[in-house]
Amino acid sequence: MNVNQHTPMAPPYGQPQPGYGQPGYGQPNYAPLDGGYPAPYAPHNGPASAYHPGIPQQGPARGPPTSGPPPVQAAPQYNQHSSGDIQNGPPPVTQAPPRPPASMQYNQGGVNMSAQQPSFPQHYGPPPTMHQVTNQMTGMHISSGPPTPAGPGYAPPPSSQPPTSSHYGGTPQPSYSQSHPPASSAPSQPPPSSAPAVSQQYYPSSAPPSQQPFNSLPPTSQQRFVSPVQPQQTFPPSSSSSYSGPAPPPTHTSSAPVTQPQQPFLPPQPPFSSAPSGQPPAFTAGPPPPTQGSFPLQAPPPSSQPGSFPPPGPPPSSVASGQYPSSMPPPPQQQPPQSQPPPFHPGPPPPQSQMPPTSIGQSNHQPPGPQGPPSPTGPLQQPPLQQGMPTGYPPQHNGAFGQVRSPQPGYGGPYPGQPNYGAPAPAPQAQKRLDPDAIPSPIQVIEDDKAKTNEPFTTGVRGQAPPLVTTNFQVKDQGNASPRFVRCTAYNMPCTADMAKQSQVPLAAVIKPLATLPPDETPPYVVDHGEGGPIRCNRCKAYMCPYMQFIEGGRRFQCSFCSCVTEVPPHYFQHLDHTGKRVDCYDRPELSLGSYEFLATVDYCKNNKIPQPPAFIFLIDVSYNAVKSGLVSIICQELKSLLDHLPRENPEIDSVIRVGFVTYNKVLHFYNVKASLAQPQMLVVSDVSDMFVPLLDGFLVNVNESRQVIESLLDQIPEMFADTRETETVFGPVIQAGLEALKAADCAGKLFVFHTSLPIAEAPGKLKNREDKKLIGTDKEKSLFQPQAGFYNNLAKECVTQGCCVDLFLFPNQYVDVATLGVVPVSTGGSIYKYTYFQAQSDQERFLNDLRRDIQKPVGFDAVMRVRTSTGIRATDFYGSFFMNNTTDVELAGLDCDKAITVEFKHDDKLSEETGALMQCAVLYTSCSGQRRLRIHNMAVNCCSQLADLYRNCETDTIINFLSKYAFRGVLNNPTKAVRDTLVNQCAQILACYRKNCASPSSAGQLILPECMKLLPVYLNCVLKSDVLLPGADVSLDDRAYLRQLISCMDVAETHVFFYPRLLPLVKLESGALPVAVRDSEERLSKGGVYLLETGLHLFLWVGASVQQELLLNIFGTPSFGQIDSSMTSLPVLENPFSQRLREIIESFRAQRSRYMKLVVVKQEDRAELMFKHFLVEDKSASGGASYVDFLCHMHKEIRQLLS
Amino acid sequence: MSTYQEFIQQNEDRDGVRFSWNLWPSSRLEATRLVVPVSCLFTPLKERPDLPPVQYEPVLCSRANCKAVLNPLCQVDFRAKVWACNFCFQRNPFPPSYAGISEVNQPAELMPQFSTIEYIVQRGPQTPLIFLYVVDTCLEEEDLQALKGSLQMSLSLLPPNALVGLITFGRMVQVHELSCEGIAKSYVFRGTKDLTSKQIQEMLGLMKPAATGPQGRPVAPQDAVASCRFLQPVHRVDMNLTDLLGELQRDPWPVPQGKRPLRSTGVALSVAVGLLEGTFPNTGARVMLFVGGPPTQGPGMVVGDELKTPIRSWHDIQKDNARHLKKATKFYEALANRSAANGHCIDIYACALDQTGLLEMKCLSNLTGGHIVMGDSFNTSLFTQTFQGVFSKDFNGDFRMAFGGVLEIKTSRELKVCGAIGPCVSLNSKAPCVSENEMGIGGTNQWKMCSLTPSSTLGIYLEVVNQHNAPIPQGGRGAIQFVTQYQHSNTQKRIRVTTITRNWADAQSQIQHIESSFDQEAAAVLMARLGVFRAESEEGPDVLRWLDRQLIRLCQKFGQYNKEDPTSFRLSESLSLYPQFMFHLRRSPFLQVFNNSPDESSYYRHHFTRQDLTQSLIMIQPILYSYSFHGPPEPVLLDSSSILPDRILLMDTFFQLVIYHGETIAQWQKAGYQEMPEYQNFKQLLKAPQDDANDILETRFPMPRYINTEHGGSQARFLLSKVNPSQTHNNLYAWGQESGAPILTDDVSLQVFMDHLKKLAVSSSA
Repeated sequence: MNVNQHTPMAPPYGQPQPGYGQPGYGQPNYAPLDGGYPAPYAPHNGPASAYHPGIPQQGPARGPPTSGPPPVQAAPQYNQHSSGDIQNGPPPVTQAPPRPPASMQYNQGGVNMSAQQPSFPQHYGPPPTMHQVTNQMTGMHISSGPPTPAGPGYAPPPSSQPPTSSHYGGTPQPSYSQSHPPASSAPSQPPPSSAPAVSQQYYPSSAPPSQQPFNSLPPTSQQRFVSPVQPQQTFPPSSSSSYSGPAPPPTHTSSAPVTQPQQPFLPPQPPFSSAPSGQPPAFTAGPPPPTQGSFPLQAPPPSSQPGSFPPPGPPPSSVASGQYPSSMPPPPQQQPPQSQPPPFHPGPPPPQSQMPPTSIGQSNHQPPGPQGPPSPTGPLQQPPLQQGMPTGYPPQHNGAFGQVRSPQPGYGGPYPGQPNYGAPAPAPQAQKRLDPDAIPSPIQVIEDDKAKTNEPFTTGVRGQAPPLVTTNFQVKDQGNASPRFVRCTAYNMPCTADMAKQSQVPLAAVIKPLATLPPDETPPYVVDHGEGGPIRCNRCKAYMCPYMQFIEGGRRFQCSFCSCVTEVPPHYFQHLDHTGKRVDCYDRPELSLGSYEFLATVDYCKNNKIPQPPAFIFLIDVSYNAVKSGLVSIICQELKSLLDHLPRENPEIDSVIRVGFVTYNKVLHFYNVKASLAQPQMLVVSDVSDMFVPLLDGFLVNVNESRQVIESLLDQIPEMFADTRETETVFGPVIQAGLEALKAADCAGKLFVFHTSLPIAEAPGKLKNREDKKLIGTDKEKSLFQPQAGFYNNLAKECVTQGCCVDLFLFPNQYVDVATLGVVPVSTGGSIYKYTYFQAQSDQERFLNDLRRDIQKPVGFDAVMRVRTSTGIRATDFYGSFFMNNTTDVELAGLDCDKAITVEFKHDDKLSEETGALMQCAVLYTSCSGQRRLRIHNMAVNCCSQLADLYRNCETDTIINFLSKYAFRGVLNNPTKAVRDTLVNQCAQILACYRKNCASPSSAGQLILPECMKLLPVYLNCVLKSDVLLPGADVSLDDRAYLRQLISCMDVAETHVFFYPRLLPLVKLESGALPVAVRDSEERLSKGGVYLLETGLHLFLWVGASVQQELLLNIFGTPSFGQIDSSMTSLPVLENPFSQRLREIIESFRAQRSRYMKLVVVKQEDRAELMFKHFLVEDKSASGGASYVDFLCHMHKEIRQLLS
Repeated sequence: MSTYQEFIQQNEDRDGVRFSWNLWPSSRLEATRLVVPVSCLFTPLKERPDLPPVQYEPVLCSRANCKAVLNPLCQVDFRAKVWACNFCFQRNPFPPSYAGISEVNQPAELMPQFSTIEYIVQRGPQTPLIFLYVVDTCLEEEDLQALKGSLQMSLSLLPPNALVGLITFGRMVQVHELSCEGIAKSYVFRGTKDLTSKQIQEMLGLMKPAATGPQGRPVAPQDAVASCRFLQPVHRVDMNLTDLLGELQRDPWPVPQGKRPLRSTGVALSVAVGLLEGTFPNTGARVMLFVGGPPTQGPGMVVGDELKTPIRSWHDIQKDNARHLKKATKFYEALANRSAANGHCIDIYACALDQTGLLEMKCLSNLTGGHIVMGDSFNTSLFTQTFQGVFSKDFNGDFRMAFGGVLEIKTSRELKVCGAIGPCVSLNSKAPCVSENEMGIGGTNQWKMCSLTPSSTLGIYLEVVNQHNAPIPQGGRGAIQFVTQYQHSNTQKRIRVTTITRNWADAQSQIQHIESSFDQEAAAVLMARLGVFRAESEEGPDVLRWLDRQLIRLCQKFGQYNKEDPTSFRLSESLSLYPQFMFHLRRSPFLQVFNNSPDESSYYRHHFTRQDLTQSLIMIQPILYSYSFHGPPEPVLLDSSSILPDRILLMDTFFQLVIYHGETIAQWQKAGYQEMPEYQNFKQLLKAPQDDANDILETRFPMPRYINTEHGGSQARFLLSKVNPSQTHNNLYAWGQESGAPILTDDVSLQVFMDHLKKLAVSSSA
């Protein structure tokens, strides 16, 4: 505990290590561990146990009830799935694959049941050896809770599970086993004729990958992590598939009957079930296999654990230990896999390995094993490591292990000693410490997810978690908003507030209302309901959406949010078909899609007036600093061309956005650029104490009409101020000026403020320099994040009222008080860009690209967002760049495509599993063409009465997004240390709750993480170590305030890469695929390599000291390390494939992010490397942040404290 | 008394002075009994083409509180090279440069014909003339175009080195920077905020280095440059300014239905004054304000922007219903005083159909010597020609304007100065010759006139302080010296000194002499000025009563009559016209507000208190000429009986020129006789008054409203309201004369007035 708290000093974790070793954690842990090992595996069973009283023997327990029925149920389940498959079959199939991992788990389950024993024994067999190691490993075992959760989640039909498991176990395993080896070839699965095919396909292709990932990861994590997630995931795909096919609704209806028993699953299943009745049969017979694929997860866990695991129990533990041990010593790492493999191999071997997902821990271990045994895997692993991406399995394995091993082999040479880098894990420590390779690897998870995502993600199935943000996938809107618009922390919400409180899992959604979609996805349709405006519920005012139930022959509809019944206006009337759906359902986006737009009527406009086209106003600082740095001329030059690229909806038409220009230092200069003038006119306003707009006509103009005057102006501005000696600036009046201009023109708009210095000139909003490093770490630190003058809060409020969004570009050479200057941009939905020590030569490119993007990006104005939810939950808190006047309406003066808003939900009543939880996010805004519109995003998630379901359907990336925003807001009012503690606490509670309620009993010394949260610790650690919460000595207050504000409107993808940067080894670059990333640790860097690191804000090219000459020639065109110019901001254009590809990659990275990343070349052991190392987030940070390993230990300790 | 008339005429021509009494009663008591005070109309810069200025400094009396200028009245001892001041009797040596004087070699200032003499002195740097245009942009497009044209034209009239500046205003106030190339720059001020002079200068960047630079770094001396940004020599910015004026647009802010445009006249003036104050204090400068409507916002607001609330009328003012009046007046007075203190004058050119707030703003011009011009539109010749008239030049090619005038009056011991009425402000100089009895602007013997024209005339009121028991020796003379320092329009500093003298007379023994020395024209104007001055602060009826009482007392004093017998009443020739002047004065718009808006009253009064005697008399009693086939044009009585059908009348009221065609003439004209060759004479008859009117139009400043009307025409009211209503609907048949036009009025006619006057004069109780 203490460890974490000691922020300033590295000691926390550093010390801990020793501590962990023996004192603190060590002994207790160890002791139990040994004894506990059996337990650890038990945990696997545990989950099952959790669900079913009979813990260990769950198998039997379940069996009884289920056994008999189970098969049947299973069958039905499968049927459903199968049905789903069938219906969706063709289409969905693709989706299913991603989930396969789940199937893996099931397989395990299956394994347990039938083949289990054999397999396990084998598996476990080997473990013993491991035990020894494990001892050393200590309590860090991370058992995969997943199995259990999965069980429960799906369990609802607990009874059925066991049976299913059995079924699955039997059939699936074989099938998988076979399938695996063959890779995707479905042959083995043939058994299930109908479903099988599907399942096979899925599994083969997708499943393997999933397994592999697990395997790879597993080795380390497997034991620790059971991946409950996987099961869930698997389902969703299937469900999605179902949707993809026909119409979601029907599926539901049909599904209902069949699924009920399985309801938990149902949600996904329903779709499937509905379709083919005939399928069931198929399933019955063949089902097992298919189910395995999909269900396995659920069923298996329980069953497998009880049945198979128990026996193996001991061994497993050993296995687990084995893993750790392996990790401990560098060499062991390799061994562990190997060691494990043997165990697995012996068993039903291959299949199991694949199946393992459920047993993850084991499986993981196994995978290596399996690989080893199976000739293919073995080879694959090592070589493939980095390279072999292609096929599901091998690549994954490779990837997974690759990381682990690859370094060794590839880098191995240099690394083995690791000592080279010294920093992280010196050999000695290693013995006491955990093996970094043994703990959950983000890379592994990411790669696994990528591998299993082969098909478009369809949103038709409720409660289906989408692929990770790091995965490229296509989305098909079938009734729920695309994950590009909305991502939830949990896709299965607890039914009651008590559960939610118990689990501490934040319930939140990250909404990016105007997100840009890739070209292959259709942007939301615009719906016009005529003069009456959009159809809405009478009571709660929810907008027409697919969830509305039409009744009485279509004359009324019942709101699914508040249950109120509303008349359908005559012009909207439509008959219902026999299923109760409107006949025109598929012709109307608002009845069939998750996201769409309504044209708003005049009632939705401010003052009941159709809005004027918006305006852009450019406010340029022309004080001495700005002029001297060349900034002014750069801006003016750029604006000339940029003005042709103002946002517009139809590229054929000129933008209707009007523009205006202001320059300022201590006074403001407005420009009249009316088209009829021969020369622009400058109007100076020196009365900054009482700002006003000096002109109306000619200030805001159409670019095309006034082009000549504008160009003349932009040419002259730099000249006019070339000799300025004015160093003081104002700031408050500048925004006031823009605001007044918009007021005068009676329109909404956006201000682009280019500002250089602390506004110390006498004027409203004048600031003083209050940067005081002494306050850092004290209770007063929070005041530094608060604005120093209330003036800006009021100003922000006014801006929001007018729809005046402010984008701030800062070019400070010293403290400018971002915390205060940022108040208005942040409250108005604007952005802040900061270019410290701006120099034309090196920063121009970044600035201009940011500016271009900022000006061109799609944007809405004067927006109000309202999130409505179904009864039972309520949107209670919002995070992002906006302003709130009351508790429900999020007001955004401007809303662009990069802004995300995180919404937190709280229970105010019970939710029903049947109806799930609905949310509708409606954003009323003025489009860039001046049209008033409503963008609607609908999202439905499942509800669960079992915690395990919750844990199985979480998305860690989104949780981290929420937690970081939560924490970064917290620093405004609390000492940062308290905020960090809160975070750690909450995280510990989440995991402890899981451990307590969902994981099978195991030794207290074992760390068991839910599958889909297994990265929570590593990511959380990154949040804790961020500059905001744990500043290094060289981090300025401005930087922290800047980051704090930046994070507040990031979406999940951005926070992900921000907290866990992407680190790509540049060894061989092939077109079409990126090299597999490596973990953010210095250990992973090879002295002979070149790496690209991306955070969304920074881009580094790290060059090892003993890099190969060929690489240097390819990249820099220079043969020697010494000749690399580390000040370059772009790579030389060289005519070789490597260089081309690298530059392509860099460009693609930049294109992905909302901010341009300046390339910084970092030479190993150069001074700049310090900065680079800051982003190696798995390592201990210079500011005292714990390394991943240490933090994990710490977290474990916290959890154990909570549990005891 | 032709001698006196000649004497008066001669004095006026030479010195620009006309006294009410040309013999002064020798004691205070007697002086007060004369009713009309010893006073004079003085035209400081009366044009004297025959008077070349001398190129040296005047010689001053060395007594500290005298400082009178050497003049022809001084006793000079040529041998001792000493002169005695005729005011304080101090003996002063001549300065060394006068070493060569002798009785045959006298300097000009000692020669009697140089009782008025002008010195050119070299003091301080010569600063060019400064013209600051302050232009209202809330005008109709047509008006704005016309105004722009006039302004551009005026640039060509300015001397090349004159500095010009431009401020435009509407809802905002813009101070245009004229020095820059390319982009036209201007500083903008909000129209609703009252700013101090310091703030304005700060905002315009005119502050001296000392005030800036908290960085401790001395800022380059930019004041020269800074001030030049807004005020540039015409020759440098001619093109710029012409373009700028060309691009001048109407105030772009929308004016909603039922509203007046927001016009920030107050702030615009405040900025103009602040700008000049900061850049050219104590230098002659002319702020020319062009307005097309009342100030509707900010300080100095005269009326709100709601059209439904009309601008204040006399009725409102009397009922104390004019909301903004006091505040606005106070604001403009403060501005006027600041401006006057710095020697800058403010002209107001107000052209609008409705009132423009002259009532509130009048002090700007009244105190600084600026012009007020009132018209209906900038798009009229009345404005354009009047505006050109501002830049008219004299025989030397110099503008008929002077700046920064300071008039100082020195008197002999028997006299003291009570005050002055005219376009001036007091300099609060408490010299011994200042009387405690104030008339007009008193309490000082020095006044400042920021701007002067050759016709600017002050009424100076004096007091005889010699006690009755200290008689002045026979033949004693009193003397007054007017010392006027000013900046000539060619930027020279000049001093004009006028020394006049009059004989003392014992009122008891020489009352006839005194009576015959009475200048009834001057007295009428001087009394009228007093009345107008009072009218500014008192209720109209009170002023009339006071005037009546003065008249009655005068008649009692000088009339010849038997008590209680009105018919026996006679006045001597030197007073015979005086009651008639008073009669018309009572009816004049200077004292009557009925039928006049407050703006008009202010306008009329403004001009009345600054014009010379002739013009003032015309204002009091308009001149009526008759043109007919019966003889050459002749002046006729300003009486309704003069309105005959076969006459063309030309009336000059100073503000209006009315040509009135009698009924018959009008018929002839309609029948087109003038087009027929055989009626050339008729054509000439028609043309004659027009020619005469044109002559007047060309010379008069401001240009009068020219009205051409006929019998029964609606505009005939201008004539009918001026003539003595000797025939009205009440007495039309009683008079039974052959002609004349009855006036529909209840006003008393001159006859009735005189009857009453006689009655009161002879009454012992009055």
